[in-house]
Amino acid sequence: MSKLLIGKLSDIDVRGSRTVRVKETEIALFRLEDGSVLAIENRCPHKGGLLSEGMVCGTVVHCPLHDWKVDLHSGLVKDPDDGCVTTFATEIDPDNGAIYVVI
Amino acid sequence: MTVPKKLVLIGNGMAGVRAIEHLLKLAPDTYEITIFGAEPHPNYNRIMLSTVLAGSTELKDIVINDWDWYKDNHITLHTNQTIKKIDTQRKVVISESGMEAPYDEVVIATGSKPFMLPIPGADKEGVIAFRDIQDCEKMFSAAKSYKKAAVIGAGLLGLEAARGLLNLGMEVTVIHKHPYIMERQLDEAASLMLRKELEAQGMKFLLSKHSASITGRGRVKELQFTDGSHLATDLIVMAVGIRPNVDLARSSGIDYNNGILVDDFMNTNMAHVSALGECVEHRGVAYGLVAPLYEQGAVLAKRLAGVETAGYAGSVTSTKLKVSGVDVFSAGRFIETEGSRALRIQDDMAGTYKKIVIRGGKLIGAVLFGDTADGASLFASIKSGESIEGREKELLLGISNDLLGKSGGSASRLENMPDDEIVCGCNGVTKGAIGDAVLNKGCHTFGELKACTKASASCGGCKADIEGLLHLFAGDAVGESAKEGICGCTSLSRDEIVEQIQSMRLMTIKEVMHVLDWNNKEGCSKCRPSLNYYLGMLFPEDYVDEKESRFTNERYHANIQKDGTYSVVPRIYGGVTTPADLIKIASVAEKFNVPLVKFTGGQRLDLFGVKKEDLPKMWEELEMASGHAYGKTLRTVKTCVGNTFCRFGTQDAMAMGIKMEKAFERLNAPAKFKLAVSGCPRNCAEATIKDLGVVAIDGAWEIHVGGNAGVKVRACDLLTTVKTEDEVMEWTGAYLQYYRETAQWNERTAHWIDRVGLDTVKKALEKQEDRLALVERVQKTLSLTTDPWKEIVDNDELRKNFEPIAGPLPV
Ligand SMILES: Cc1cc2nc3c(=O)[nH]c(=O)nc-3n(C[C@H](O)[C@H](O)[C@H](O)COP(=O)(O)OP(=O)(O)OC[C@H]3O[C@@H](n4cnc5c(N)ncnc54)[C@H](O)[C@@H]3O)c2cc1C
Ligand code: SF4
Ligand code: FES
Repeated sequence: MSKLLIGKLSDIDVRGSRTVRVKETEIALFRLEDGSVLAIENRCPHKGGLLSEGMVCGTVVHCPLHDWKVDLHSGLVKDPDDGCVTTFATEIDPDNGAIYVVI
Repeated sequence: MTVPKKLVLIGNGMAGVRAIEHLLKLAPDTYEITIFGAEPHPNYNRIMLSTVLAGSTELKDIVINDWDWYKDNHITLHTNQTIKKIDTQRKVVISESGMEAPYDEVVIATGSKPFMLPIPGADKEGVIAFRDIQDCEKMFSAAKSYKKAAVIGAGLLGLEAARGLLNLGMEVTVIHKHPYIMERQLDEAASLMLRKELEAQGMKFLLSKHSASITGRGRVKELQFTDGSHLATDLIVMAVGIRPNVDLARSSGIDYNNGILVDDFMNTNMAHVSALGECVEHRGVAYGLVAPLYEQGAVLAKRLAGVETAGYAGSVTSTKLKVSGVDVFSAGRFIETEGSRALRIQDDMAGTYKKIVIRGGKLIGAVLFGDTADGASLFASIKSGESIEGREKELLLGISNDLLGKSGGSASRLENMPDDEIVCGCNGVTKGAIGDAVLNKGCHTFGELKACTKASASCGGCKADIEGLLHLFAGDAVGESAKEGICGCTSLSRDEIVEQIQSMRLMTIKEVMHVLDWNNKEGCSKCRPSLNYYLGMLFPEDYVDEKESRFTNERYHANIQKDGTYSVVPRIYGGVTTPADLIKIASVAEKFNVPLVKFTGGQRLDLFGVKKEDLPKMWEELEMASGHAYGKTLRTVKTCVGNTFCRFGTQDAMAMGIKMEKAFERLNAPAKFKLAVSGCPRNCAEATIKDLGVVAIDGAWEIHVGGNAGVKVRACDLLTTVKTEDEVMEWTGAYLQYYRETAQWNERTAHWIDRVGLDTVKKALEKQEDRLALVERVQKTLSLTTDPWKEIVDNDELRKNFEPIAGPLPV
């Protein structure tokens, strides 16, 4: 387990996303409307679509390729499809808005 | 550990694979399974070919089990492999290409072959059957280059093919040797009503006609009849019947008659060789519909799994025509003969007809036209063989016993139905599966049930039963059978939403969702983009476009490709460019290592395989306007050479095209739209399959609208003919704005015109004052647009989103 400093809150638009590569893994970070930042592996379980490019609705991201819906909290794909994505714990420093990801 | 036995299935079709699915559930590890299929595809739903052809489904949507399914279940699948012989001595199957596979058990499910009339010329190009994906593809491609189609045979299949060809924009004539159509499924009265309806949809009929020969050099040109008359045609679809495919039985010494002979447990006369599906004959009957084949599959699977089962005792079948706009249902023996009697009601005003046939106090057949709601319950009553004495009139009038307060109605029938009875024949859904979905998976509406189990998702014939079962299992928990809104988040329709937004002046997506009580307050990828569009269309000056509610392509202003790279298309007005611009495009492409450069269908250059972070840099260097190849906006204005160089040209097509493109570029619309301008009626720019196409004639311009060259081809309708370039601009602007204001989100002009009617559009644009008002509104919107590439290049805050976050730092 290691904790990595990724950037600051203002790097990500609300309901937008940015990506970061940690060794082999590309991670997508989403900033939700409630101010939280969630991180998941940037790969749709369907055909590998880049989830960072998808539309964020509430706590769900729609894959840009075939519209699978992935829950950003659990990483689980929503019905009627099946699958899951790795999620990563995140922390935000309330003082300076720094974003950390735990891997 | 026991070694699994080898099971070989020959025929990767509906019946065989269904039996395997069943077997996998009952005994997952008993067999090592190998499947051979003559077609190149994984298992697909053949029934849905008609809907694919009719344009309401796509080929990829009808796959039942995709390649992964075979892999996940450890099934070895050999496609494109026709088995030519089963060597029952050595217990191997042998394919035409010489491949061999040993078996302990082998199942033949080779389906049937379309029957082709053995008339001279039947082997010509353009004479096809309607059986598989390949046939569909042949029809798609014929419709692209030819106009006239003939369908021989007015049975279920023939009419579904004819309807599909109509949708593909062909002129279709159906030829039938009987004096009335669908005579095997309908009586004369219902048949006549059906014909009238189909004629109204544009089908032509030639009845009591026998085909004699087909002529044409290479490709079919004419169909000749025995009475000396003939019909010019470019495509002939034969739908005159099917023959069980017994080739394998013949070459392998297995008994067959019409079909491969099987007993009640699907055994052939040869040990360890079973057969099922359309290729078999059971108790003298060969079936041509899926429901009985699935019942056979259930029996076979149980036997192979070693589970005790009652034998297959044959099926009563029902049929339903899958043609939109007509409801026809028939079941059992519906022609009255001696000893049976028929009751019927016919309402020519409402266009409905109903007939029930009774013998010995039991219902043995029924025909319904126009209103088929009672089909399922009549069918159930035929199958159960229950006495209907004293209830004849109720059955005829469709008043259920439940309403009359008596028992024995459909509810108790559903209650008594065994769990493994198949309710939805098309998709093989049992009563048990419905119960499971309702009780354990929380499906409380018809829509949810349909999505979860696929019940009623193909032909819809079982809808009443499925609804009945929903009530039975869910009791009071049945959800509102939700009115279908624009998406699952609301039950409101497009028009209701637009009206409310206007009357309440709702100004943001959030506000709309809250005020109109969205049941999912976050919205989804369907409603958010549509609301974003409606708001922008209604309040061009005040609404702030919400980029988070746009799709990837429109947020990053380039097309996302399957590997996550993007493609970049600079605007090339009217398809006319300069050497300097070409050099610039080429050098940018080289600099950024663009792996593929391609001309698009609309005469533009497409640079593929661009990394997202390179996009802004490329735009900056290109210094060209965005070609908007990604959005729901004006895509391209395709042009021909026109009178500038072409010897036929009557007008300056290039100048007209460029003018139009400059005027309407960046305009948002409910769906993408494409324009084209041709310089003369030779129409080299193919302007009559565009959302709006302009064709020059001597001294005037024709304006054609509502065309589409996509999956479902639709040729344009002529909107009007005008004299001057200014008038072309006025009509185009007015037409586009009228479309923007009235179409549903995602609705291409072709579907929109079909829905609202050409006359409505003509009427809306008829008066110049109306046109000018529309033009003014479109101008207002256009005046507010900017080029997105330039905007991003100049703005760091927007630009950051194209870059990954630098490097993570350990803490
Ligand atoms: C356009 C259309 C619409 C239809 N609509 C309906 C409907 O609404 N309702 C309904 O109940 N039924 C409908 N049917 C009929 C239904 O599709 C068939 O009853 C069903 O598909 C038959 O299943 P099967 O497995 O016996 O044969 P198929 O599904 O035809 O499968 C047989 C497979 O075996 C393959 N094969 C043949 N010989 C060999 C060999 N030697 N080696 C390897 N593979 C081989 C074939 O290529 C084929 O893929 C429709 C059919 C068509 C064509
Ligand atoms: S449409 Fe007419 S003017 Fe245009 S290129 Fe073709 S022949 Fe020439
Ligand atoms: S790759 Fe994500 S939905 Fe297909």
